[in-house]
Amino acid sequence: MADLSPIASRVDLTGDVRRRRRERRVHGLFSAAALLSILISIAIVFSLAGGAIEFLRRLDGLSLLFSPSGWYPRRNFFDVRAIFVGTLMVSTIAMAVAAPLGLGAALYLSEYASPRARRKLKPILETLASVPSVVMGFFALRVISPELVQTLFPTAEFFNALAAGIAVGLLVTPLVASVAEDAMHAVPHAMREASYGLGARRKATSVRVVVPAAVSGIMAAVILGISRAIGETMIVAIVAGGTAGTDVHFSPLVGTQTMTAAITSLATGSDQVRGEGPGYHSLFFVGLLLFLMTLVLNVVSERFVRAVRKAY
Amino acid sequence: MATRTSAIGTTAREEVLRGLRGHRRDVSGIVFQFLLLLTLIVALAVLLILLVNVARTAIPVLQEDGARILSSSYSSLPANAGIKNGLIGSLYLMLFVIIVAFPLGIGAAVYLEEYARDTRLTRTINANIRNLAGVPAIVYGILGLAVFVELLGGFTGPGTTQGKSLVTGGLTISIMVLPILIITTAEALRAVPRSIREGGYGVGATRWEVVRSHVLPNAAPGILTGSVLAMARALGETAPLLMVGAVQGFLATSGGFVDAFQQRFTALPTLIYVYTKKPQEEFQDLAAAAILILMVTIFLVNLTAILLRNRYERKW
Repeated sequence: MADLSPIASRVDLTGDVRRRRRERRVHGLFSAAALLSILISIAIVFSLAGGAIEFLRRLDGLSLLFSPSGWYPRRNFFDVRAIFVGTLMVSTIAMAVAAPLGLGAALYLSEYASPRARRKLKPILETLASVPSVVMGFFALRVISPELVQTLFPTAEFFNALAAGIAVGLLVTPLVASVAEDAMHAVPHAMREASYGLGARRKATSVRVVVPAAVSGIMAAVILGISRAIGETMIVAIVAGGTAGTDVHFSPLVGTQTMTAAITSLATGSDQVRGEGPGYHSLFFVGLLLFLMTLVLNVVSERFVRAVRKAY
Repeated sequence: MATRTSAIGTTAREEVLRGLRGHRRDVSGIVFQFLLLLTLIVALAVLLILLVNVARTAIPVLQEDGARILSSSYSSLPANAGIKNGLIGSLYLMLFVIIVAFPLGIGAAVYLEEYARDTRLTRTINANIRNLAGVPAIVYGILGLAVFVELLGGFTGPGTTQGKSLVTGGLTISIMVLPILIITTAEALRAVPRSIREGGYGVGATRWEVVRSHVLPNAAPGILTGSVLAMARALGETAPLLMVGAVQGFLATSGGFVDAFQQRFTALPTLIYVYTKKPQEEFQDLAAAAILILMVTIFLVNLTAILLRNRYERKW
C-alpha cells in the first residue's frame, strides 16, 4: 500500500512539531543556565583584574608595592608582603591544628570505628563544617583568645594571629577529616586483609598500608584545607586585630592583618577610601592575588583526588 | 615443661591466641588508637563547647529581653538594639536563593548530566564549576561589588543606596551558592539508573519529557537535600554581604515589598559581626543571642536535609 512508503513513516517518526519546538526551547534554557557558570568565571576575572589594573595605574611607581613600611592603605603604604606574611602565618597555624586533628579523626573513623559508629559520627563531624565562620570568630574572641592563648602566653595581645589561626584550624578540621576519610575508605579491603594475613597488627596496617595507599587523597585533603584557611575571612576580621594595617612581622602573639581581612576592612566602614588615591582599588589587587593562590591550590588538590580515583 | 604448666587453668584458645600475638601486650598499638580517638573527640568537642558557651550567655539574655530583641532594629544604644532587621534581611536573602539560584542550579545540572555530550566545552564547564566551588566567599563579594554595586548600581539601588541594596546582596549570595548547587544536583541525577530513562525513551518520550517525568522525580530527594544544604550555607555567610554593603543595615520597613529590594539591607550574620566588634558587654550578649538563633536555624535546616535523605534515599 502507498501509505506504508518509507517517506511516510519517516514523517511519522519525527513526531509532533509542537513537541519538537518545546524540546528545543527547554534545551536552550538549560544550556544557557550551564553557560552562565562560564560567564560568572569571566565576570570574576574581569572584576578582579580591572580593579587591580586601576590600582596599579594609580600607584606612583610599582616600587611602592614592596616599600618596607607595611600595609597601611590609608597612609598609602602598600607593602603586600605584610598581609601575605599575615595570611601565611594564620594558615600555617590553622594547618598545624587541622592536619593532625583532621587526619587523626579520619584514620580513626576509617580504620578503628565500627561501621555503626562511623555512620553516626561522620554526619556529626560534617555538621561542625556548617558552623558559620562569624560564629567561630565570636568563639575565638570570647574563649580561644582570652582563655587559651592568653593563659598559655600571658604576653599575648587580646587580638592576635594565634587565636585566629587556631579558630580557622578548628573550622577547617571537619573538611580535612571528611576528604581524607573518603580516600582512606576507598582503599580496597583486600589490601588490609593481605596485611593482616602477614601478621601485621591494626596500627601497622593503618600506618604502613592504608595511609600510603590513600596518600593522594590525604594530600588533597590537606591542600584543600590550606586553600580554605587562606580564604577564611570572618574569624580573621574579628580576632586577628590589625584592622588599620600591619607591618611585616612573624609574631603570632600580636595583631596581624591577612589578605582577606584587608579586603573587608577596605570595603567596609571607616577604611573606605574612595576618590583619587589607590586605597580603595587595592582591595581588587589583593582579591586577585587571593583568587590566584586558591585557584592553584584547588587545581593541585583536584589532581591528587583524580589520582586516587585512577588507582582504585 | 614450662609452657605446659603455664597452660594449666587457661583454655587452649587463649593459649593459642597468646602464642600468635606474642607475649607482650601491644602497648604502642593501644596508645596509637587512643591518640586517634582523642583527635576525633577534640574535633567533636569543639562543637559542644562552642554551643554550650553561646547558649550560657544567650539563654538568660533571651529569657529576659527576648521579645524586645526580636522586635527592635539595629541601634547604637545596647538597651534599644535588636536583631529584627537581620532576621527579615536573612529571610529575604533566602527568597533570592530559592527564586534565583535553585532554578539556575538545577537547570545547569540537568543540562550537564542529561543533555550535554562529552565534548571539550562540557568538560570545560564541569571543571570550571568545580573551580568556582573552591573560590573563597569573599571573592564573590568582590564580584558583587564590581558588578552589582559599581556597574549596575543605577539599577540595583539608585540614589543614596549607591547600589548596596537587597537585590545586590541577594544576587551575590545566589551566585555564591550556585556551584555547590550544581554539583549536588548533578550527583543526584547521576544516581538515577539508565534503565529508568530508557523506559521513557522506549515509549517515545522526548528528552525533556523523560527528564520531567522520570529523572527529576527520582532524583528529587537528592536535589532537595543539596538545595537545603546550600541554603544553610547561604544563611551563615557573612563576608560577601559585608563587601556589598550590609554593615549596620537599615532595612527599609516602610514602603512596599518591591521598594525594599532597592534599599539598604542587613542580615543576621552581618549583625552578629557588627555586635561582636563592639566593645560593650551588652552587645556581646546580643551577639550571643543572635548566634543561638542562627545556629538553631542552621541545624534545623541541616537536620531537615539529613532526614529527607534518610527518608527518601533509594538504592538501585
